[in-house]
Amino acid sequence: MKGVRSHADPGSLGRVGLFIPCYIDQAYPRVGMAAVRVLDRLGVRFEYPEDQTCCGQPMFNSGCFRDAAKLARKVLKAFRGFDSVVCPSGSCTGMIRDYYDLLLEEEKDTPDFRRLVTRTYELCEFIIDILGIEEWEGSFPHKVGLHQSCHGLRGLGLGAPSELVVPGRTGKVKRLLESLGGLELVTLSRSDECCGFGGTFSVFEPAVSSFMGLDRLADHERAGAEIIASYDVSCLMHLEGLIRRQKKPMRVMHVAEILDGASA
Amino acid sequence: MKSHAALAARFLKDPERARWHDEALWFVREKRDRLARAVPGWEELRDTAHAIKRHALANLPMYLEEFEKNAAARGAVVHYAVDAVEHNRIVLDILKARGARLLAKSKSMLTEECGLNEFLEANGVEVVETDLGERIIQFAGERPSHIVLPAIHKKKEEVGEIFHRHLGTAAGESDPTALARAARAHLREKFLAAPAGLSGVNFAVAETGALVICTNEGNADLVTSLPDLHIAVMGVEKLIPRSRDLAVFTRLLARSATGQPVTAYTSHLLGPRPGQEMHIVIVDNGRSDILKSARFHRAAFCLRCAACLNTCPVFRRSGGHTYNYVIPGPIGTILAPHRDLKKYKDMPFASSLCGSCSAVCPVKIDIHRQIVLWRNEIVEAGCLGRVKSAALKTMTAVMRRTRLFAAAGALGRRALRLTPRFLYNNKLTIWGATRDLPEMPAKSFRAQYKAYRRTGKIEGDRM
Repeated sequence: MKGVRSHADPGSLGRVGLFIPCYIDQAYPRVGMAAVRVLDRLGVRFEYPEDQTCCGQPMFNSGCFRDAAKLARKVLKAFRGFDSVVCPSGSCTGMIRDYYDLLLEEEKDTPDFRRLVTRTYELCEFIIDILGIEEWEGSFPHKVGLHQSCHGLRGLGLGAPSELVVPGRTGKVKRLLESLGGLELVTLSRSDECCGFGGTFSVFEPAVSSFMGLDRLADHERAGAEIIASYDVSCLMHLEGLIRRQKKPMRVMHVAEILDGASA
Repeated sequence: MKSHAALAARFLKDPERARWHDEALWFVREKRDRLARAVPGWEELRDTAHAIKRHALANLPMYLEEFEKNAAARGAVVHYAVDAVEHNRIVLDILKARGARLLAKSKSMLTEECGLNEFLEANGVEVVETDLGERIIQFAGERPSHIVLPAIHKKKEEVGEIFHRHLGTAAGESDPTALARAARAHLREKFLAAPAGLSGVNFAVAETGALVICTNEGNADLVTSLPDLHIAVMGVEKLIPRSRDLAVFTRLLARSATGQPVTAYTSHLLGPRPGQEMHIVIVDNGRSDILKSARFHRAAFCLRCAACLNTCPVFRRSGGHTYNYVIPGPIGTILAPHRDLKKYKDMPFASSLCGSCSAVCPVKIDIHRQIVLWRNEIVEAGCLGRVKSAALKTMTAVMRRTRLFAAAGALGRRALRLTPRFLYNNKLTIWGATRDLPEMPAKSFRAQYKAYRRTGKIEGDRM
């Protein structure tokens, strides 16, 4: 497409499946639609198999591996025959890639399973690593704070975790956002601290969870962010809930919404 | 026993204090980051440390034998304790045989784990902690809230108050230098009076029989050298094969723990000094069981550096006393269930699974992965609780059927759209007590997507 530098031919990717996690389907369809439009604009031909719901992460994170396995099996079935899967969520992608091997003992060595767990990509990762696009031409003249959600950051490597001593400490998503005209990424005092959502942690430990979230908000606010952006809208749901309750002058956006809005 | 969630909620009732606690530990975490970045090949060092630990602990019997032989050749007496009870008994017997009724002690988490102090006090031995932080909490009658900074939860004014009561410092005196001076004078008397000293061990070198103790206050050097009797206690996992391995571990330890290039004192004890008796008590106390476990054996690699505590966003905002086990924070969370799964069943849930712990760990323990695996053990043992189990079972049943999920979702969204917001965004709900629920869209993604493919237009709500 015009305005986007791509190295790979988006048409030669084989069968690409779109995985829209349950909470995006029900509570944040606008994020799913933004992902659809971003992929459409990149010329990626993909399918959205309808028989999909949840990756099983809430059950897995609560220790209910048997329940999670049932849903993992459903995901495996939904994307059987696909060459790769794209998902606009770092933590759901991480769930599939990092933890399905703990859940599906029997299926573990089948080609379908191996393909699913090695070729499921978070949306930004798909854009950067698979399509080879590192710059997004378009403009988004706002001050943005990037919330680097933990599973995408430390699990998938979408950013450079502050704990690790790794060369070239700019994350992938950060680079993509910085390439947008007018977009100013604010500097946070803690670049990648957890927001406290943590799935069921947010209701099992509500006091700590909320406190962590408020600390993140304060950091973004001090840095002058108008928008908190992330590749995980689950963290954003938690932060948005706190923003609204505290009546803070900030809003949250998924990276897909920013890319979609910028190139429109 | 109250759960971590309940104790943490209480800790957070004083937000100012909670932020102070968070900042104090974050300061250490940042120091650690700076120091780590200054070392070439930091990540390779972590890999190497992991490999050494794996090797040493996989060959434990061989290295134990080698260590015992070499330590004995240098004049130390090596004892083995299978558990805490045996450990405490051995220490008491050694003290009794020499008629020692006062014990000067440097910092050891193992003795906390074994409850040594209480046991000795009950048997007529006065125990004096000589690490400043440990002495503060000993006076206060508390347990350490942190494994390296045991009194990190105390403000200097509170320490002043404690010293005023126990050491007779001036009322209201809270100047750290003045307080440290008072502690030093007090402890010096104890160092000189104590017929016996007890220390922990950071590393025990098999090929030389040496004990290596890393401290900042110099108290361990007095405890191990002044009295005519020195007892060193260590968990079996402290064993490393060769002296050269220390080059890896001492580079990692202080940087990870406190953000120092090296501890002020790194003392190598090669047998007792002339005229001194040295006993080394090597303790298992469940470590062999950890090492046997396929899922959890790496927990035994721990150096007790506390980097995972300092980085843990939950620990920093709840404090060490909200974890019911003697070792708090992420590492405590994966050690406690080995001790008693039911008793500590709340600990693995005191984590957002952010993974920062695993990323700072100098020996690369897969801490956050083990935390989630422990949650599974708790579920399998039937300890999750009926309400949580039932909720997750129901959720699973709905998620398994796409049509049911879509219908339930539509119903739920409709209900939320029709219900006045104050009914769910309120103090009576867990989520809504502090957070608003998102405004629910009229149509789900699947509905919007279908329409988009049909009409080419996006309907519904965009930002």
